[in-house]
Amino acid sequence: MADRRNREKPGLQPTNIRDPEYFHKVVDCQWACPAHTPVPEYIRLIAARRYADAYMINWYSNVFPGILGRTCDRPCEPACRRGRVEEEPVAICRLKRVAADYKGDIRARLPAPARPNGKTIALIGAGPAALTVARDLAPLGYRCVLFDAERRAGGMIRSQIPHFRLPESVIDEEVGYIVDLGIEMRLGQRVASLKALLDQPFDAIFVGTGAPRGRDLAIPGREAAAANIHIGIDWLSSVSFGHVEAIGKRVIVLGGGNTAMDCCRTARRLGGADVKVIVRSGFAEMKASPWEKADAMREDIPILNWLAPKAFTLAQGRLSGVVFEKTQATLDAEGRRQIVPTGEPEQYFPCDDVLIAVGQENAFPWIERDIGLDFDARNMPVVDKTTLASTHPRVFFGGDAAFGPKNIIWAVAHGHQAAISIDLACRGADIHARPPPMVSLVSQKMGIHEWSYDNDVTLDRRYAVPHEAKELALADITVEVELGYDDRLAFKEAERCLNCDVQTVFTDRLCIECDACVDICPVDCINFVPNGEEAELRARLNVPAHNPAQALYVSGALKTGRVMAKDEDVCLHCGLCAERCPTGAWDMQRFLYDMARAGQACCKR
Amino acid sequence: MTFLPKPKLSHPGLARNALGYTRRDYEGAISTLCAGCGHDSISAAIVRACFALDLPPHRIAKLSGIGCSSKTPTYFLGASHGFNSVHGRMPSVLTGANLANRSLIYLGVSGDGDSASIGIGQFAHAIRRGVNMVYIVENNGVYGLTKGQFSATADRGAKSKRGVINTDESIDLVGIALQLGATFVARSFSGDKAQLVPLIEAAIKHEGAAFIDCISPCVAFNNHEGSTKSYDFVREHNEVVNRLDVIESRPEITVDYAPGAVEMVQQHDGTWLRLRKLADDYDLHDRVAAMDHMQRHHAAGEIVTGLLYVDPEPRDLHQHLNTVETPLNALDDAALVPGAAALEKLNAALR
Repeated sequence: MADRRNREKPGLQPTNIRDPEYFHKVVDCQWACPAHTPVPEYIRLIAARRYADAYMINWYSNVFPGILGRTCDRPCEPACRRGRVEEEPVAICRLKRVAADYKGDIRARLPAPARPNGKTIALIGAGPAALTVARDLAPLGYRCVLFDAERRAGGMIRSQIPHFRLPESVIDEEVGYIVDLGIEMRLGQRVASLKALLDQPFDAIFVGTGAPRGRDLAIPGREAAAANIHIGIDWLSSVSFGHVEAIGKRVIVLGGGNTAMDCCRTARRLGGADVKVIVRSGFAEMKASPWEKADAMREDIPILNWLAPKAFTLAQGRLSGVVFEKTQATLDAEGRRQIVPTGEPEQYFPCDDVLIAVGQENAFPWIERDIGLDFDARNMPVVDKTTLASTHPRVFFGGDAAFGPKNIIWAVAHGHQAAISIDLACRGADIHARPPPMVSLVSQKMGIHEWSYDNDVTLDRRYAVPHEAKELALADITVEVELGYDDRLAFKEAERCLNCDVQTVFTDRLCIECDACVDICPVDCINFVPNGEEAELRARLNVPAHNPAQALYVSGALKTGRVMAKDEDVCLHCGLCAERCPTGAWDMQRFLYDMARAGQACCKR
Repeated sequence: MTFLPKPKLSHPGLARNALGYTRRDYEGAISTLCAGCGHDSISAAIVRACFALDLPPHRIAKLSGIGCSSKTPTYFLGASHGFNSVHGRMPSVLTGANLANRSLIYLGVSGDGDSASIGIGQFAHAIRRGVNMVYIVENNGVYGLTKGQFSATADRGAKSKRGVINTDESIDLVGIALQLGATFVARSFSGDKAQLVPLIEAAIKHEGAAFIDCISPCVAFNNHEGSTKSYDFVREHNEVVNRLDVIESRPEITVDYAPGAVEMVQQHDGTWLRLRKLADDYDLHDRVAAMDHMQRHHAAGEIVTGLLYVDPEPRDLHQHLNTVETPLNALDDAALVPGAAALEKLNAALR
């Protein structure tokens, strides 16, 4: 009926809320997360102090809640709706850590080792991507054989993230949960030839070898002063494994990414009294996360911008400093941003050691180029973005090895998808027929004004995570800087979540157009307007919808011929529209979107 | 009603008026009326009108009597003056307040029970005296607080929720207001803010007795089949005579409208009313014709809405009484106690 009426008027078709992706996109944090973790769902559990339940949701979705709760790049937080309504998003990442910190013993909830299904998978590199594949496949009966050159599993999580950000005990615990599923660990065994591995009876091989090569700087003095110039990720790894325990008093870190931040803070703890980060771009353009920059500066590490290293200087055959030229950003002929020298006088900074953290690269010297596995012009393997399959039918990639350096949560997301592909391939199914997500949409109505979620929107601002005293933190590299929220702070922070997964569901045939929802909506997102084309309709809403990244929820034609148009942008999900609705045309329904994992490919879309 | 207060968070793109306020700053406490009550829409329309006119909230006085409608001043203009009077006595209190301090904007909010039954005498006299006010009747045709008995404005033949047919003739408050000399008379519908908000703005700017009869469906007791004040019935039988825009300074008449389709009326305070005519034969300056038009359409079962009558040069109670320009509370001792010589002069004039 609504469809027929709507066709008479030009304008937008009613929003198809049966498409799981529509409401998924409304849950900004979950949508932004590469692994699509159901964030509001576990935050509600944290508020209910059901930490173990919150942890298990995370464990299934992102595999490393305790690790990610300390180290994630947090793509969810810039996406958080709260950040568009007030100043700062919910501290999603650190709430995840709360679930890990207070969960208690969850081993009984972990999957039991399964009856073997006769298939064997080789996993190369014991980092987050391969561990995720193992975690997904081992409970299905796959025999997983994990190779790593290091003697301890964890990959970059263990080698590159300093222990003052991520205690080893957390790595041991969460890597252990996976190893205990019955993974065959071949640690200390570097795979030297993929060809040789392919000759062995593995049903599939997963490559999760990361981006192991730190970029170098080929500038004058590099060779002569090599003894005191270190590649950032290699140096961090040496520190992590206890091979390096000291550094000079004056240290310069070159680079503006998160590795540079880890390098400078590590240097501060190994004897670096005067540590500087020097970056060729501006402060705002630096790749490092804002909170990591803030943490470095809090440890008395200045960040100097617009300075590009030009040469290393030596005195008595030893590194004595670095010469920089001033830079600025300009646009080239094609309008691309470029960093060029300004021509101003050079600047010189004396130092004892330099850490180079200007990027990472992939390296696949151990993959033969004649085995049917294609590489592209940039010498990267050709990998399908969805299936993570290479051009060799038995080889799959994931993590930084697949598409270059990203982060842990992307590695986990790749791992899940690769596991699905491997499972499909091993069962002789089409790896392109991806299993659909598990979705549910359930009314939260308990009474006339009672919902089964806390719809009272708190005005609290973001709570800071308590830190260890600086003197204590800098004195010992194993002292964790962030102490984490206690349960009281965690509850308050969790209450800031707007429950964006509790959706405003509108039934047009019930609406009597009384305007009650329009009048009560605290953020003016509901409108009853004549239909129109999207751009034009967005412009004439009560508050024009200027954020095109956020959808308009449009109903079918109502009795007056108008439509309901809701701008999803800053909806507080407070449910007042549904409380004020006399006919139940609005309802608050909890939307749970659970990404399919390997073994769930039982039903068709 | 809702148990939770409305969250203080608002849309970051919410418009601000000349005073720097957002619409949210003109709201009051959260409504305790039934969900979907037309009265809440009228409250929201008042909020929008006051925001659009850049009115300082502390220069507005909102007065009401008893009833669902008379509860609503709590739910809008939380920073304005308020007086919740005895049942049906709002017009007297408003008249007194207006005489004492003519510098405030007076907003009388009443219902069909409050104004057409217990307070009809008060209503009639406030209108005929020309008190400078906006008098809004939130008209739902039933007594909602006592579970939906017919009120005096219920149409004859209308069916109650229990299935009883109303046998009494209805009181037409618009007809009475026109007859008693209101200088601004309008009727509107709570479900049509596009019409209602400019009418409230124009009424506030009108310097005389402005009356708005606003049909406001009672979702709990008068929104069923057979009701003549339900959302569906009003939408189906609404005869709109004109659409109004309130403009602070005279605008260009754009070419979008056919000649004669737009009429500009300047009110005494300088604001312009731009009326897009929807009924060709309607003259909003002819009181007698307006009454005739109302009666004919009412007999045909239609509800005429829009700006029905306006006198751009109204006279109000203060002009009738030749009172002092200064509000009484601002008169100083010299003015209030002119001295023996002035008394002597006055006494002499009376001899």
